Amino acid sequence: MGLLSDPNRRRALISMLTRLNAPICVVCYFAGVAWFMGLAFEPFTLRTYMSENAMGSTMVEERFPAGERALATGREFAAHKKKVGGMPVDWLVKNMQDRGLEVFTQSFSRTLPFPDENKERYIVKGTNVYGILRAPRAPRTEALVLSAPCSPGDSNNQAVGLLLGLAQYFRNQIYWAKDIIFLVNEHDLIGMQAWLEGYHHTNTTGMSWSPLQGRGGSIQAALSLELSSDVITSLDLVLEGLNGQLPNLDLANLFYAFCQKIGVLCTIQGKLQRNDWDSVSGYSHAVQTMMLMVMKQASGRPWGDHGLFLRYHIEAATIKGVNSFRQYKTDATTIGRLLEGMYRKLNNLLERLHQSYFFYLMPSLSHFVSIGYYMPAFGLLAVILLLRQSSPGVLSVLTPLVISHLTGVALYALPIRFQETAVEHFPVSETEAVVLTAIAIYTAGLALPHNTHRLLSGEGTEQGWRVLKLIAVLYLAVLLGCTALINFSLGFILALTLVPLAAFVTPHVPKVLSAFILVILSPACTLLFSVFFFQELQEMPVSFQDGWLLYLSVISQGILDHSLYGSLVYPLIALLVYPCWLLFWNILFWK
Amino acid sequence: MAAPLTLLLIVAVTIRAALFRSSLAELIAERVEVVSPITAWKRVVEGLALLDLGVSPYSGDVFHETPLIIYMFHFLVDYAEITFMVSLNKNIILKHFVVEFRKQKFALEADRYPMDSLELIRSPKEMYYIPLKVAMFYLLNPFTILSCVAKSTCGLNNAVLALFFLSTIKGNVLLSAIFLCLATYQSIYPITLCAPAMLYFMQRQYIPVNFRRVSFWWFIVQYLFMYLGSLFVLICLSFFLLGSWDYLPSVYGFILSVPDLTPNIGLFWYFFAEMFEHFRLFFLCVFQINVFFYTIPLSIKLKEHPVFLMFMQLAVISIFKSYPTVGDVALYLAFLPVWSHLHRFLRNIFLVSCVLLACSVLFPVLWHLWIYAGSANSNFYYAITLLFNVAQILLVSDYFYAFLRREHHLTNGLYLKRKDGSEATLILK
Repeated sequence: MGLLSDPNRRRALISMLTRLNAPICVVCYFAGVAWFMGLAFEPFTLRTYMSENAMGSTMVEERFPAGERALATGREFAAHKKKVGGMPVDWLVKNMQDRGLEVFTQSFSRTLPFPDENKERYIVKGTNVYGILRAPRAPRTEALVLSAPCSPGDSNNQAVGLLLGLAQYFRNQIYWAKDIIFLVNEHDLIGMQAWLEGYHHTNTTGMSWSPLQGRGGSIQAALSLELSSDVITSLDLVLEGLNGQLPNLDLANLFYAFCQKIGVLCTIQGKLQRNDWDSVSGYSHAVQTMMLMVMKQASGRPWGDHGLFLRYHIEAATIKGVNSFRQYKTDATTIGRLLEGMYRKLNNLLERLHQSYFFYLMPSLSHFVSIGYYMPAFGLLAVILLLRQSSPGVLSVLTPLVISHLTGVALYALPIRFQETAVEHFPVSETEAVVLTAIAIYTAGLALPHNTHRLLSGEGTEQGWRVLKLIAVLYLAVLLGCTALINFSLGFILALTLVPLAAFVTPHVPKVLSAFILVILSPACTLLFSVFFFQELQEMPVSFQDGWLLYLSVISQGILDHSLYGSLVYPLIALLVYPCWLLFWNILFWK
Repeated sequence: MAAPLTLLLIVAVTIRAALFRSSLAELIAERVEVVSPITAWKRVVEGLALLDLGVSPYSGDVFHETPLIIYMFHFLVDYAEITFMVSLNKNIILKHFVVEFRKQKFALEADRYPMDSLELIRSPKEMYYIPLKVAMFYLLNPFTILSCVAKSTCGLNNAVLALFFLSTIKGNVLLSAIFLCLATYQSIYPITLCAPAMLYFMQRQYIPVNFRRVSFWWFIVQYLFMYLGSLFVLICLSFFLLGSWDYLPSVYGFILSVPDLTPNIGLFWYFFAEMFEHFRLFFLCVFQINVFFYTIPLSIKLKEHPVFLMFMQLAVISIFKSYPTVGDVALYLAFLPVWSHLHRFLRNIFLVSCVLLACSVLFPVLWHLWIYAGSANSNFYYAITLLFNVAQILLVSDYFYAFLRREHHLTNGLYLKRKDGSEATLILK
């Protein structure tokens, strides 16, 4: 441990770090950003490959025949859905029973903390219907799930029809070693959460549901199907789940392998893969795909009904059928064969999917970047924080710390509590009240340094701000590190905006300019820019007005997600990231 | 001194009471960093239930506490929270007194040292605030708060150790032997604290530490007689309480042979999880000897400074014992303000505190990734455990270095000069 005990060598290293501190920080920052952008460049990525041996080569011919009949069932389902005005529970139960499944229902209800304006619901009551196909000759220890959501209106009727068609076909086969559960869930994610909680006997979100009467074994994998047209041109794979968790890469590899075998176009993030990776437009296409995945992962929302399975250590993905303007159309029989093939391979699994990566980014469906390749980008940003630490001092800066965290707690807890009061006094709806209260508390935090300095006169000393900056920088480093471990995209985006301001804020920089930059780089503005950027990436740019409304709806969805499914993004930002940013704001206005 | 201490006590009790009543209490009681198979409250309740049913609490390999504890809780189970808080407060008051009595030692030594090292000696004014700082370090340490809210019996062990320190410093040989015996009876490792206790008493009674003197051996015989006698009494009492000897393999056999490999913040679990059966006994002996081994060299080096030796022993026990928890770490961390005069010689304190802070935050994150998300595995968690223990070892060795360096300066003057008069630096090779 020569470096730690030899004072001469230490002194040399420390003097070099002090002299070149600012240039090293700037170089590290741009190196981190460049590394991240370089991840999408094809020579730096790896081709996807099947890691699980049990899902290796099975030369089996898929024989699902009944695509047209499935579509007819879908049309019947649509008619009954319109007649009942919701989920046609009795028709589904009878239909599934006729196909030889053990059918059970589960009813659930939940009152949202405030009305959800995007989906227009407040008090949600529904029923899930599921049928279990028991494995003919195996013990009932493992299960697979195929689910289709029951959506209002005309969407996803074909999905339910195909689900029932597959159920009938699967029932006649003898090779199933695991139980297959065919689930039709109402109110998409809320119904799925109720079913999963009932299946695993947990109750983490305060929903009330009736206990499940029938159960399979432990679920090994799940697929959720979204199909709203009779023919499709391509299949889209959605991987991002709750809190940015991703399924095992082998599931994506399985999907890709089958699309190649059957000859269906497959996309990820809705974007088709291109072959010209060495051209500028090819590279920017790959970057767009990867950035879409980063943004979706950073939001912490489940982007399909599969997103809630991941928390229970069940690998799941959503397959969406897309019907756009292309020559070659694929019919329902082919989709059925694809799903049959995937399920036969999943049937062969001896243990849960664990061989391939759990942390990855995909610039296209056939290439991926694993955690070992993308973590250095984050590491380069985090190292800046470690370089900016000065010498330690005494803990005399308790007051700004406590006040910042109290503001964070207020931002977390108050918007929902005070929505009734806000609705009484202002002409806004409850959702708007919650979102506007959150924004108001956030902005009120900006006025804090002036107020606290007026209250405590003896606070400002020259040493005080250095100690506060040391604590704030350490806090930010630890916080970003832990976030990046759980949800890399969120950690990286936060690091990208917060690290520069953490490195360079002192009370001596020009106040007005720095205040402006600090506000631009604060978490709320980062979210605003991300909303616009996300719309740009999806090639649906919005005007400022629409973008602002979208931003407000994103905030309300974030708060709802936390309360409905336990998403961690809103508490993380309100309770930890925002107080950290407030500490830097305090340092800027230190007297 | 009384007013700030009372305020501190009120704040600490309020925090703990608030956490006891919140929903976090069950969450904390399940965390493996806070409770171990020896100290978990869940297991105490299980043992009590078995006792009420008339079955031996040690059947079923769940309960690993000593019979005295189970009988104590038999009467106090409804007041469990209050018991833990009372033991906590007792802990503080004891440490308070311990520190006050240390002041006397410094007064004795002041006239022995050269002039320029006088600034190294602490004045009574500086030492006035140390008891308050020790109390603050213990009461407001998040580790202690978590340990108390989880109702881990580690708090009781810490209270007994604090009583042992108090009676040693006050000079009461019999009480010191009895409390040390209680601490050893709870978990075997405090037996190594015999050496510093004996050294302290010999220093107080002006018995020279010399192998050829009769008085030296006579004192050792006396102390060991009291210690072993009380241990014998306690073991026989336990036998009569429960009527059988099966607490011996369940408590001491469990601590020594480490059959339970639940992850914790110690070094044993991962190693023994991957060990082949053939080599298990060998490595078990190696690991257990490691805890006791440092006593002899440390005693030889620090024979004139038994109080520091006690601190070092305590730290070594907390790091290398078979089932450590954060409560054990908090115990020796609380004593750091007593040696605040060593701060100017510490070299790595910033690095160590950053690493300890980062590791404490990373423990729950990597546990979540391993057990719930399934994306990580035990290697990640063990990496953080290793880092945590390395940081603790670095902290302890840094304090040791600083202590020795201060002693060197006290005897040789503060500003070292080479033979030609230029300034010299001290390097530890």
